[in-house]
Amino acid sequence: MDQSRIRNFSIIAHIDHGKSTLADRLLERSGTISKRDMRAQMLDEMDLERERGITIKANAVRIDYSSPDGTEYEFNIIDTPGHVDFSYEVSRSLEACEGALLLVDASQGVEAQTLANAYLAIESGLDVIPVVNKIDLPSADPNRVAEELVGILGGTTDDVVYVSAKSGEGISELLETVVSRLPEPDGSTSAPLRALVFDSYYDSYRGVIALVRVVDGSLKEGDRIRLMANGAELTADEIGVRRPSLERTGRLGSGEVGYLITGVKNIDLIRVGDTVTHVAESATEALAGYAVPKPMVFSGLFPTDGDDFEKLREALDKLSLNDSSLLYQAETSKALGFGFRTGFLGLLHMEIVRERLEREYDLDLVATAPSVEYRANLTDGSVVSVQSPQDLPNAGDISSIEEPYVKVMIITPSQYIGTVMDLVQGKRGEMGEMNYLSTERVELHYLMPLAEIVFDFFDMLKSRTRGYASLDYEPHDYRTSDLVRVDILLNSQPVDAFSTIVHKDKAYTYGKAMVHKLRELIPRQLFDVPIQAAIGSRIIARETVKAKRKDVTAKCYGGDITRKRKLLERQKEGKKRMKMVGSVEVPQEAFVAALKISED
Amino acid sequence: MHVPFCLRRCPYCDFTIVDESKDGAVDHAVYVDGVIREIALEPDFGSLDAVNFGGGTPSRLTVSQLGAIVEVLEDRFGFADPVEISLEVNPEDWSDEFGFGLAEAGFTRVSVGAQSFDPVVLGALGRVHSPEMIASTVAGARKAGIRSVGLDLIFGHPAESSQSWASTVLSALEVQPDHISTYSLTVEHGTQLSREIAAGAPAPDDDVQADRYEVFEQAAAKEGFIRYEISNHARLGHVCVYNLATWAHAEYVAFGIGAHGHRLGVRTRNHKRVDRYLDALDRGEQPIVAHELLSAHDQERDALMVGLRLAAGTPMTDMATRFADSGPGRRFLDAGILEVSSGRLRVMVPMMTDAVLREALSVCKSGC
Repeated sequence: MDQSRIRNFSIIAHIDHGKSTLADRLLERSGTISKRDMRAQMLDEMDLERERGITIKANAVRIDYSSPDGTEYEFNIIDTPGHVDFSYEVSRSLEACEGALLLVDASQGVEAQTLANAYLAIESGLDVIPVVNKIDLPSADPNRVAEELVGILGGTTDDVVYVSAKSGEGISELLETVVSRLPEPDGSTSAPLRALVFDSYYDSYRGVIALVRVVDGSLKEGDRIRLMANGAELTADEIGVRRPSLERTGRLGSGEVGYLITGVKNIDLIRVGDTVTHVAESATEALAGYAVPKPMVFSGLFPTDGDDFEKLREALDKLSLNDSSLLYQAETSKALGFGFRTGFLGLLHMEIVRERLEREYDLDLVATAPSVEYRANLTDGSVVSVQSPQDLPNAGDISSIEEPYVKVMIITPSQYIGTVMDLVQGKRGEMGEMNYLSTERVELHYLMPLAEIVFDFFDMLKSRTRGYASLDYEPHDYRTSDLVRVDILLNSQPVDAFSTIVHKDKAYTYGKAMVHKLRELIPRQLFDVPIQAAIGSRIIARETVKAKRKDVTAKCYGGDITRKRKLLERQKEGKKRMKMVGSVEVPQEAFVAALKISED
Repeated sequence: MHVPFCLRRCPYCDFTIVDESKDGAVDHAVYVDGVIREIALEPDFGSLDAVNFGGGTPSRLTVSQLGAIVEVLEDRFGFADPVEISLEVNPEDWSDEFGFGLAEAGFTRVSVGAQSFDPVVLGALGRVHSPEMIASTVAGARKAGIRSVGLDLIFGHPAESSQSWASTVLSALEVQPDHISTYSLTVEHGTQLSREIAAGAPAPDDDVQADRYEVFEQAAAKEGFIRYEISNHARLGHVCVYNLATWAHAEYVAFGIGAHGHRLGVRTRNHKRVDRYLDALDRGEQPIVAHELLSAHDQERDALMVGLRLAAGTPMTDMATRFADSGPGRRFLDAGILEVSSGRLRVMVPMMTDAVLREALSVCKSGC
């Protein structure tokens, strides 16, 4: 295909603004898939994604487009994840494109996520076509949204394309706009091969499948190739394009997008962002932007039943086949036994992994509260990285503790500015800029400790703004803070899994709330159970779970025996999610629920 | 022997009964005839140590009906010597005539459904007798020469204050029965009580019931009563033989609707509906609707389960030993809730028996 007839573009949109529906519509319109074969939102592969209606893994589909004037074009649509946790993958997908469709819901308007990704697209040098979607909705206000978009991207409202992905309205116009407004890929056909890996996933039959954008040169089946970041040398066994099913073509030329199979089983060898070149006549400079994503949020994952430890390890091994940003290492907790300290890109990433572990691998898990990575500067001059609160060294050995700060962007309807500012200030946030996107919606910038976000910040933001606010954040720097570790003791024994690092000023309120919540969650036992919160050896709060006094069946006749036995067995089953912490039975839910302490 | 007829269903009752104020009328004579036919169909059993008429309200049958059934049982199986023949009686059904008739028919034991001596509580429990009628029933039974007279009490209804219970306990002891059963009020699914609670009425409180239980224990012990099962107390020589059969996991035959039998490792259950019960008998078949085969392991497990209800506990079989050695077992032993002595495993805090049983069943399931 003549490079001038190729258009590579991404669809950027907030979750639920309709990018998958739009992609379906483009596929359908180009005749790539017959209406009968159409399965809604085909580009989302995993069940989980379908359930949640979000895309986690980027995908890439080639469609053939016939312009009304008869010219044949090749469009490569790269679907990107819509969530803050996966911004690295979004940025690599954008690198593979020349343009982007910035898709905004006509009834919702621009969201924080859209904005963040729009800036990413602009910074990547992409040409962005503003698209207002869902114009069919009665609550749609396309003109207002168009104004917002123009405010961000520049240009005029004439540049905006109005569509309804659901009904198909405006699609033809959109396709022609792609042709006329997005540039063809540049890149030299004669230069040494450079292809960007912008996505990779593990298929149990084929091994690792990489999605690549060929920048310079061309890639043929049988070529000996090298991954420039990690040096691995492999053979290109199979090359083709996604339609979205795999269609073998044997070759990809410069400007083209497709898939590469090398027979490799280890996803770490073909990482997103890496550059593929030939072993012989290799390129000298890799494509820019390769990075190993750093986890932001940590949580301890423990099997409720200690015997399941190996099962958990195997499950994590399998999950990481398809998720090179999932980091984990074995960890021991006196309270919870053997488990893994797991690092995630963010809270959504964490939730998804936990859900998959429980559902797909049938594991009963206890998760500790999400925590961030602290840096403890010790009196002896050394610096210790702390990913689990219980690893914080003794107060006496510490000269200062640093915690990660993030740059936060919140978009909210202006009527909620007060309550949002109130929330952020209560979470140690420092106010930055404030921009009005329109008269009704405002963009707020803050600097905040990441630790204040990982708890329940998002939920509180949503509840204070009746669900209308949206949030995005990125790492900023590390700062020293007045932090202490609050420990929880059950029956006078410290439970390391409950330890948390909090700001000194909040320690007392936190301790009281935690002790109270636990008293509500921990069932009555055979003896009184004191619950205490402590900083070092100083108790700062205390409540008691009184001993249970009655657990009996008054009458038992012959006819009752089987019935009572079954009831008792069922009750015991129900208690399976109990973890013995010392001699106290603690329900699994306590480990997470206790930590969702509402401040309101 | 199950006699299901009741004036009406009490708000807390979930037994298999015929509520004569609501359900279609069932001719008592027809039912008794059915029971007699059922007895004839039962395979040989060996002589009976105890016979119990439970219900429902067995005292709603006539003395001659009750006597007829006793006779048929003696003809069919024979009675041991001595034999306990026991009847549950509601105070409102008592008369001297009834009493003498029972004695003549061979009844040796009467259990009076007293429940409470407080009219407020009696009302809340849906009973139709007065406290005075309890005393006169007991006196009447003595006069008739019935050897063993027991009282059944229920405690823990939210309408019952601690004074109310204290005074019921006093009155119960004053009447000088040979046996007292004290049952904590339980909310069973599908009862009027459970619906009332679901609609917001106060529910019985576990801690209050634990207190009530202790109050009775202390008072009864002073009067020479020995607690031999979680809810049952007797003077020397007056334990209830037929109930012991259940807790000792012995064998028993059962007749009437919804009756449960236990023979040769098989539990049987009869039809609950009178029409189906009688239809089966009309076809010349035993009216058994379900049965459960118990393996040797099952039997040992059930024996352990009911045995732990007894104050004397249960023998230290392999299964009991494995439980005592398990994590949960040791926790109970350390907490003083379980005790091993004289080759027996005993629950020392009867109010926590289910906590023990739950763990015992779980431990025994996974490999005993």
